[in-house]
Amino acid sequence: MNDDIKRIGADAPARIAAATSVEELRAVEADLLGKKGELTALKKGMGGLDPEGRKVAGAALNEAREALEAALGSRRSELEAVERAATVAAERLDLTELLELPERGSLHLVTQTWDRLVDVFIGMGFTVAEGPEVETDWYNFEALNIPAAHPARGMWDTLYVDLGDPETVLLRTHTSPVQIRVMTDGEPPIYAVMPGRVYRRDTADASHMPVFHQIEGLVVDRNISFADLAGTLEAFTSAYFGGSIHSRLRPSYFPFTEPSAEYDINCVFCEGNGCRTCGQTGWLELGGCGMVHPTVLTNVGLDPEKWSGFAFGFGLDRLALMRHGVDDIREMYTGDVRFLEQFPS
Amino acid sequence: MKVLLSWLQEFAPFPSDDPVALGDVMSDLGMAVESIERIGEGLDGIVTVKVLELRKHPDADKIQLVDVDLGDGEALQICCGATNLTVGDVVPLATLGTTMPDGMEIARRKMRGEWSNGMLCSGRELALGEDHSGIYILDPSLALGTPIVEALGITPDVLFDLEINPNRPDAMSVAGVARDLAARLGLPFAIPTPTVDEVAGDAAAIASVDIIDHDLCGLFHLRVIEGIRIEPSPRWIADRLTALGMRPINNVVDASNYVMLELGQPNHTYDLAKVPGGSLRVRWARDGEMITTLDGIERTLTGGRDGVITDSTDTAIGIAGVMGGASTEISETTTAVLLECAWWQPMAIARSSKFMGLRSEASARFERGVDPEIVDLAARRLVELLAPSGARLGQGSVTVHGDLPVTPAVRVRTKRVNQLLGTDISTERIVSLLTPIGFVCEEAGEADVLSVTVPTFRPDTTTETDVIEEIARHFGYSRIVGRAPTSAHTGSLTPIQRDRRFIRQILVGLGIHEAMPLPFLAPGDLARCGLPSEAVTVTNPLAAEESILRTSLRPGLLRAIAYNESHRIDSAALFEIGKAFGVPVVGTTLPDEREHLAVALAGSDAYAVAKVWAVLSETLGLDDVSIDQSTPPAGLHPGRSGVLVSGGVPVGEIGEIDPGVLDALGIRERVAWLQLDLGAALAAPHGEHRYHPISRYPSSDLDLAFEVSDSVAASAIAEAIREAAGPLLVDLSLFDVFRGHPVPDGRRSLAYRLRLQAQDRTLTEEDLSGIQRTVVDGAASVGATLRG
Repeated sequence: MNDDIKRIGADAPARIAAATSVEELRAVEADLLGKKGELTALKKGMGGLDPEGRKVAGAALNEAREALEAALGSRRSELEAVERAATVAAERLDLTELLELPERGSLHLVTQTWDRLVDVFIGMGFTVAEGPEVETDWYNFEALNIPAAHPARGMWDTLYVDLGDPETVLLRTHTSPVQIRVMTDGEPPIYAVMPGRVYRRDTADASHMPVFHQIEGLVVDRNISFADLAGTLEAFTSAYFGGSIHSRLRPSYFPFTEPSAEYDINCVFCEGNGCRTCGQTGWLELGGCGMVHPTVLTNVGLDPEKWSGFAFGFGLDRLALMRHGVDDIREMYTGDVRFLEQFPS
Repeated sequence: MKVLLSWLQEFAPFPSDDPVALGDVMSDLGMAVESIERIGEGLDGIVTVKVLELRKHPDADKIQLVDVDLGDGEALQICCGATNLTVGDVVPLATLGTTMPDGMEIARRKMRGEWSNGMLCSGRELALGEDHSGIYILDPSLALGTPIVEALGITPDVLFDLEINPNRPDAMSVAGVARDLAARLGLPFAIPTPTVDEVAGDAAAIASVDIIDHDLCGLFHLRVIEGIRIEPSPRWIADRLTALGMRPINNVVDASNYVMLELGQPNHTYDLAKVPGGSLRVRWARDGEMITTLDGIERTLTGGRDGVITDSTDTAIGIAGVMGGASTEISETTTAVLLECAWWQPMAIARSSKFMGLRSEASARFERGVDPEIVDLAARRLVELLAPSGARLGQGSVTVHGDLPVTPAVRVRTKRVNQLLGTDISTERIVSLLTPIGFVCEEAGEADVLSVTVPTFRPDTTTETDVIEEIARHFGYSRIVGRAPTSAHTGSLTPIQRDRRFIRQILVGLGIHEAMPLPFLAPGDLARCGLPSEAVTVTNPLAAEESILRTSLRPGLLRAIAYNESHRIDSAALFEIGKAFGVPVVGTTLPDEREHLAVALAGSDAYAVAKVWAVLSETLGLDDVSIDQSTPPAGLHPGRSGVLVSGGVPVGEIGEIDPGVLDALGIRERVAWLQLDLGAALAAPHGEHRYHPISRYPSSDLDLAFEVSDSVAASAIAEAIREAAGPLLVDLSLFDVFRGHPVPDGRRSLAYRLRLQAQDRTLTEEDLSGIQRTVVDGAASVGATLRG
């Protein structure tokens, strides 16, 4: 019997090595160790041995089985690795061979700009206020120190709606009426920005739309000065446009602020060196600002001797266009997917 | 307002060497320089030549060969494309080496085999106007070889185009700009005193004026000018007017305009012979009163709005402050002139000119407010300009006053100045800033308080803040040091602003693009979209397409879908968050303005948008909003849409656009549609998302298929299942819908998977069969029967 065991043990490595697949190896294993396998048959034959012989043969059989199992196991690992490698090789995918992309949407350029601006101002301690787009003459003009027939009304081409007395209800021409609402509804100190949609009686062209967007800022507190206005706009300018872009203020006129100023920034394209976009001046006109006019404060029930404030405002669409080099504002409003999808974020 | 450097220099010694720097100062003073044009620059090398001979180019039809003489008798060959030349013409030639005003360099070159030794120039090429139809033909008597600048008498100059703010009436004149600029630069400023010949005679005997309406006219100054000869203006006057954008007409009209531009006093010249008795009246117009203005247009006036100047017969001969009448116009036969220098009520002129749609250089100045004290100077200056044409000033004048504004002195506190500006400017400095611009500063009897008398040419300045602005302007805005914000205030978004961002992010993640159609509609747009036509209308739209305010986001987004489809972009997925405007609620003035969210998915069916809604409502925690399909919203597919209801109140609509609407709009694909009133839907508390502990015990699934009538909403069955299963149900999903044999017509099978799990134990078979019984009973209560 020992000879048989030895023979099996001696033959086995070659037979195991000859198996070229896990499948074949399984057959070899069955032949050797299975229910009808050679070693199993020898084990069954042990019944005929004396106790001492059985003990010796049993030990030899166990030893042989362990050796075979080890050899089979190692061969199986080898073959599995080979087969896995083959499978993996056969499973190769070309990751650029994409049939159906999941659809990706996009935020409108105006929204993206709106959010960016609002985020900067929130970081500067401002809240965000909104108001109706259809306004009364009071909020849009009168309270802002622009009485009827005031020549300054010519600064805004107003669209009126057929409500109330003629020319008393209108599509707001600027976000400034929200200032009046904020001051009327709340109490100082006020630190608020007011983004919103505004309307002008204007024919659409590459740089104008009858509907566009502005953002307005308002601060009312004790001892607020023109220096605070300049400092706030400078802080905003470098936060939004980057540290190399600075602001400047130039005298201007708005009925609702005094002193009033134009708010310019270094040209973001040439960083102030002069280029075509800025007309070689190195500056871009961004918007208007100034100290809240005493009449406006009085109109909302605030004592101009106790409170002072500043306001500023500028167009939002132009910033959106500038950021992405879009040269026609009308593109933003057609809803053309080929335009919208260009600006995922 | 345009100003010439040479003209400014008549009032103060401004340097000529750096116009750009001068422009920067003007901008810093609030007179923004829009452009700087250098007149006579770039014309070096251009000289007068005479055409000697014109010859055909042997090898080109559109070019001829021109032999010209530069004055040396030699023939120089030039190739020229223009055809307006004849032999003997004197024309400008850009000689070799010249750099043209547009930067082009002139070199000797061959044109189709023939040499060209320079370029003959058109008016446009010389930057002398827009004419490019032919070569600029010069006076034939000019000496040849003369530099063109000399030949045309062009004086090098600089033209500044300034943007003047409405609160700067003083800067609507050359002298006013000069005053402001001189003050900043510390240069002496003076308006020269005109020298005029006065002739004996009493103006009051020849002319008179009666101001009937004192609220229209504050001052009417009348002069008589005699001995006038009507002729063209001298070259320098015509040139200056042209440079500033006015057309020279004749010496009288030109002098009148010149004085307006120079001193800011609009004035009017009447042919004295055409004004019976030289007597004028000033009053408000009567409704329907007619007048033919200088531009030859017959105009109908409006009572109480427009002012008129009439003659003694009460016939209107001019519109106050806006434009004169044709009947008394200066003509070649005029010998004596009646000169009007008036001060009109600014608001009256603003209203009149705006509503008449007639803006003139005069009205632009009157509506800002002119200086009532300059009338005499203006009259004298005008006569001085006309002296070479024989004009003499009649002695005496007629001056009649109406209501003129009184300008009390303004109290200016140094403390207030610095408080508002954030500066540390002394009282002495304030005085030195204000005095050069004509503000008279006196001590007000208190320390550091000034009594400031504002000059009559600054009617805009009436309050302390107005004066503070002037102080800031001349101190220099750029010298006010910014104070960085050190606010202790906290900023944040409001809940609705946060929700909006959230909604946008979800929709973008679902592959939908945000669009922003205009909120205007054309008549019929609402009806075409299946919506009621009642809407707020725009009073003064520029186009019919902008005459109605949208009541729904539907027309705008559908138009965008149609636009995309027509550009071969199928299946556009768009959303919008925007306002819609209902007619005002009873008792309110403003429209019922509501913010909506709308989603339009072209090429998708109602299921697609219902899934979008499912994601949205779940994310926002809008658990109580349900879809009610019992009454489909107008304009939506009757079988595939419903109303979104929250607490019994409709807050939106969902489904597909009615095929009839799609046909009307020419949209081929189906369009899935969702619109939600954000204010209404988000008003109630939502989005709490309370934590539910996750059980550590195993879960079990129960798959149940029910057969139910099509008239019962799947959501109703789901609701019944949820209710019946109770808290052990952790997830419920519909995983199969089946119609057809063996399910009878009008019914379908709905298969649900219930995932059941307890917090405290593993569920037993008994638990599950118990739940199944309850669930089957619950489903039965809404008409669903368990399939075998």
